[in-house]
Amino acid sequence: MSDIKAVERPLSPHLSIYKPTLTMLMSIAHRITGFGLYFGTLLLAWWLLAAASGPNAYAGIGSFMSSFIGRIVLFGYTWALMHHMLGGIRHLIWDTGHGFGEHEREWLAIATIVGSISLTIVIWIVGYLFVGGAR
Amino acid sequence: MTSTFGMRTPLGRVRGLGAARTGTQHFWLQRLTAVANIPLVIAFVFIVISLLGRNHAFVQQTLGSPLVAIIMLLFILCVTTHMRIGMQVIIEDYVHGEGAKLLLLIANTFFAIAIALASAFALLMLCFKV
Repeated sequence: MSDIKAVERPLSPHLSIYKPTLTMLMSIAHRITGFGLYFGTLLLAWWLLAAASGPNAYAGIGSFMSSFIGRIVLFGYTWALMHHMLGGIRHLIWDTGHGFGEHEREWLAIATIVGSISLTIVIWIVGYLFVGGAR
Repeated sequence: MTSTFGMRTPLGRVRGLGAARTGTQHFWLQRLTAVANIPLVIAFVFIVISLLGRNHAFVQQTLGSPLVAIIMLLFILCVTTHMRIGMQVIIEDYVHGEGAKLLLLIANTFFAIAIALASAFALLMLCFKV
């Protein structure tokens, strides 16, 4: 590759010239939620290490998670996880060669966002019902 | 660059081997772990809900039981692999300086392995009550 010189090439149109669409937003959200979940694994490791360390360490993470900030973080984490999972399923459907039609595309994008929000709310309702075990 | 192999390196052109069958490895591993992640994430959510608000002894016993521990270990293995190659794509897309890219790719691997090992180690501690 020694013969390549730096040449001013024309740039292809970039994100800013397109009108935002739902499919575009879902694509961006998929990447952002993946990015967030990546760092969210710190919470998972912290939780497991605290459980392995003993009652005091576990009580420490428990008080953080049940605080207002902790709940916001966990709620966001739940949504990111559900959104990335549904977005991933959408990608797996596309991998089979299906779902590229105009209406299918839109439908899948709507299903992803509606599904992720619904699942998050259901998980939290179930979570609150079962805190401390089934009653 | 007049040949039809214009995107290839000189060495690649001489060898004429293409990607030698490993070109889709990254793509395939991302899909494989994605498929495995679906049941594992669902199981993980159920496990976390069942442990909400429980005391340490209960959590220790549940996470240390064979079935839950095996699911959690699979979840950690699968998720950390998936997130490592996912973050690699993000880095390759947005970081163009060779030095910064290399450092971030190294950091990415270190982070994924550290999370995986710390989590797996904690789970094994819970299993073997140490």
